[in-house]
Amino acid sequence: MAVSRAPVTHAVTGAGAVSNLVLAVASLFVMAAGLAASIVLAVAAYAVLSFILPQSMLLRAVLVMVLGVTACVGYFWSSNKLLDTIYPASGENISANLNKANAIRPWLFLGPSLIVLGVYLVYPVINSAIISFYGPNSQNWVGTYNYEWLARDASFRESMRNNILWLIVVPAASTFFGLIAAALTDRISWGNIAKSLIFMPMAISFVGASVIWKFIYDYRPEGTEQIGLLNAIVTAFGGAPQAWITIPFWNNFFLMAVLTWIQTGFAMVILSAALRGIPEETIEAAVIDGASPFQIFYKIKVPQIWGTIAVVWTTITILVLKVFDIVLAMTNGQWGTQVLANYMFDWMFRGLDFGRASTIALVIMIMVVPIMIWNIREARKERQ
Amino acid sequence: MNGAVGSRPLLTWAVHIAVLLLVTAWTIPTLGILVSSFRDKEQIVVSGWWTAFLPSERNIVARAAPPDEATEENGRWVLRGNIFEDGAGSVSAFGVSIQRPTEFAPGDAAETRGGEIITVQENGDYVISYPQRPEGSRGQRLFVTSLEAPKFTTENYRTVLFSEGLGRSFINTLTVTIPATVIPILIAAYAAYALAWMQFPGRALLLATIVGLLVVPLQMALIPLLQLYNNIGVGKSYIGIWLAHTGFGLPLAIYLLRNYIAGLPREIIESARVDGATDFEIFGKIILPLSFPALASFAIFQFLWVWNDLLVAMVFLGNNEEQLVMTGRLRELLGSRGGDWEILTASAFVAIVVPIIVFFALQRYLVRGLLTGSVKGG
Repeated sequence: MAVSRAPVTHAVTGAGAVSNLVLAVASLFVMAAGLAASIVLAVAAYAVLSFILPQSMLLRAVLVMVLGVTACVGYFWSSNKLLDTIYPASGENISANLNKANAIRPWLFLGPSLIVLGVYLVYPVINSAIISFYGPNSQNWVGTYNYEWLARDASFRESMRNNILWLIVVPAASTFFGLIAAALTDRISWGNIAKSLIFMPMAISFVGASVIWKFIYDYRPEGTEQIGLLNAIVTAFGGAPQAWITIPFWNNFFLMAVLTWIQTGFAMVILSAALRGIPEETIEAAVIDGASPFQIFYKIKVPQIWGTIAVVWTTITILVLKVFDIVLAMTNGQWGTQVLANYMFDWMFRGLDFGRASTIALVIMIMVVPIMIWNIREARKERQ
Repeated sequence: MNGAVGSRPLLTWAVHIAVLLLVTAWTIPTLGILVSSFRDKEQIVVSGWWTAFLPSERNIVARAAPPDEATEENGRWVLRGNIFEDGAGSVSAFGVSIQRPTEFAPGDAAETRGGEIITVQENGDYVISYPQRPEGSRGQRLFVTSLEAPKFTTENYRTVLFSEGLGRSFINTLTVTIPATVIPILIAAYAAYALAWMQFPGRALLLATIVGLLVVPLQMALIPLLQLYNNIGVGKSYIGIWLAHTGFGLPLAIYLLRNYIAGLPREIIESARVDGATDFEIFGKIILPLSFPALASFAIFQFLWVWNDLLVAMVFLGNNEEQLVMTGRLRELLGSRGGDWEILTASAFVAIVVPIIVFFALQRYLVRGLLTGSVKGG
């Protein structure tokens, strides 16, 4: 940093009048210098430390983590330091310096976020849209071929059908159970413990949950002892054991149970807060009028939290549209359980056709956007 | 709210029972793998985990010692021994032919066609007495139904951590998760502060755009970024996945943090400015400490999201031994060791235990975060 300081100070003060262009160039420069400084720092530290420290997997992992984070802190620190050095808050033209520094600093703060957002979200949307008009390895233009193929593809239709099923069942079931759980746990002394336990699956990964539920759906041939809970219950009542996740059509519902199990806690937490926010007077009035607890719940409470129910419902809907891990881990789309996100992944890694995969990704996005916009609007309205 | 219910004891009971049922239904699946992961691998496949604390029945086909070794006692040739190699178990029935493996009770004398008399005691001791001196080196087959005491072991965990590679994956997951949680918080906090308290042209438009990016699903980003990484030579590296998680988490992070930081009292920031503090100092000394609750909420979100992520790791990290994260390992085990529940249950538990601890320890912040912005893009 000290090296680059002298010529820069000279160049900027030499420019004289404050033009926006100079400011923009200066801020880009400071940003780049800060970034460069932090990278140099991190790489140098890494080289030195990995030379000194013994070869150990754990140690190296810690080292890599520390450096990743330091490089990030280093950027903010060094770029700000640099800015203060170029436009010092002292000397003869202190107020001009302060003005310039204040004009540049927001961009130093925003810089990393804007770059990351641009590269990781804005660019991919545009690029995906373009790739969807190209062939398998994005080399040759195929026009709308991928879209035509999609319209005729049987697996795509199956995925759409399943996704729509998921869209109907999971948000409805999660919100329903969540509402029941919220309403009931608020009335009892050990409600908080109960809430914690119902909320807990939220912390479990989809793959972990898939293992947990696959164990429940485990199937052993008839006559042998069942070790899967579901088949054990079925045989205890005299039924025949089933290989649940291979039964076409119905197996979709067994996969949906997994996501419902995870999402109910989320619905419960938000709805519980909404239920507590209901003004006491409305309930007291209903009690005085002799309403039963059920009437109070359905006629007084639920209508008042309708907005929150809608937000919960749509939030889960968005998640459901992108459901991937559960299907991949439990059936990998076999036995008629394919969904869009997994189908896209299939074409990306097994089909190696980036054009088709991008087309499917676009379909997912088109389905998500309207729900998401509505959701954000509604959530903002709720808060105000 | 209790007033409505308090007067009706029957309804109160119904509520308690309903909640108990819900809680049971929601915890039993996890309990199942927890219990199973500590069971002996032979017991897992023969009985349900809910019988884990009861003795389990097992059918054993044992072979007695070779007839050559029989010794003469009172005119008959006798062979003695114990069925159980490790001495555990208790015999509830035995048989000498495969058709009727439970024909005799322990202590009964079974006579075979050859005139041998076989007795098996409850503790597994057997006595075979032959009328003539027997020959041959193949021992008599004995069919035994044995009741075994429940066996619990940490062997499964040792196996998955050290020979199935889960230990390595655990470290990989940590290496991915910690920077992928800290980096977005840090850069989002700076951006959120700029959007909330600094003056610059285009601020409102920028904020709207960032919130708008919440709608971009993760799937959209995979192919373009994969191609980009390959072109610029990032390939499958930790830095690549950190930045990817940072990018996917940023819109929510900025949205949540800006809402919080914008709500901080204006006087504090103004008076610090009057005292000559720069924005960099204000951010470090005032904003960061004050927004701890919001930072903690987002940190938990991002931590759980990254730790539990499978898709991003599958795309941006390799599937080789050095880079496989725990979710990826679990998925691979589901494919390759599909029926080995002792491996799967222990692995699953290792994979979920850290997020569960984080969850219970920091639940307060998680709930607060959910309530302030229940919208997650990515």
